[in-house]
Amino acid sequence: MVERLSRGPASVSELARPFAMSLAAIVQHLKVLEACGLVRSEKIGRVRACRLEPQALTAVEQWAGERRRTWEHRLDRLGDYLAEQPDEWDTEDEK
Amino acid sequence: MTDRRVEHANFTIERAYAASPERVFTAWAEEKAKADWFARGGDDYRLDFRVGGREVNRGSQGGGPVITFDARYHEIVPPERIVYAYDLYVGSTLASVSVTTVQFAPADGGTRLELTEQVAFLDGHDRPEWREQGTRDWLETLAAHLERETSRA
Repeated sequence: MVERLSRGPASVSELARPFAMSLAAIVQHLKVLEACGLVRSEKIGRVRACRLEPQALTAVEQWAGERRRTWEHRLDRLGDYLAEQPDEWDTEDEK
Repeated sequence: MTDRRVEHANFTIERAYAASPERVFTAWAEEKAKADWFARGGDDYRLDFRVGGREVNRGSQGGGPVITFDARYHEIVPPERIVYAYDLYVGSTLASVSVTTVQFAPADGGTRLELTEQVAFLDGHDRPEWREQGTRDWLETLAAHLERETSRA
């Protein structure tokens, strides 16, 4: 998505095209990118146009954003780890 | 000459997990479990999980500088709260000092985790080559996230 936007502004449906995801999921990702300040969007007529806005961030905001993303990635992995690990107490109960 | 300045930031992240607070807490408390999700392949990882104990993670990504995370535990209340402070080095330069608070609370039969990090970024934190490294990390995170979303669909 970011790669596409680095080539110029695009509508939400243009951004969604290469992905096997619902439009709602794409909008969700765009909201995350907007919250990070990396993407700006505005409604032009019936189309929502999105563009990259890296200059919107100060250096410290970028750094804090990166630290936050590192944590989000790790906490996702914690979720995967917990899902993969059998619950020892539960499995003992089942025996 | 180094431009001397400090900038501060803080952020909070909340997550819900379908596991008891005891299980989620254990994933933070045991070296092998924590290395599985906290460190990355190839990182040098050590955890001494007790008040005053240290945690060190060292590694580099994609030929970038070596990043060293060096933490000391200040408070441990199983299975409710962990407080630690850490230094982050890029190469041999101290880039930031942080206080991190992790709270675990039972919610909907699982656990609600709240992580707050307060950071002091030190001189040179906006060196462009570091930022590139950060952006690369971020793009990898996004790619991994999209991969998971796609595999679920």
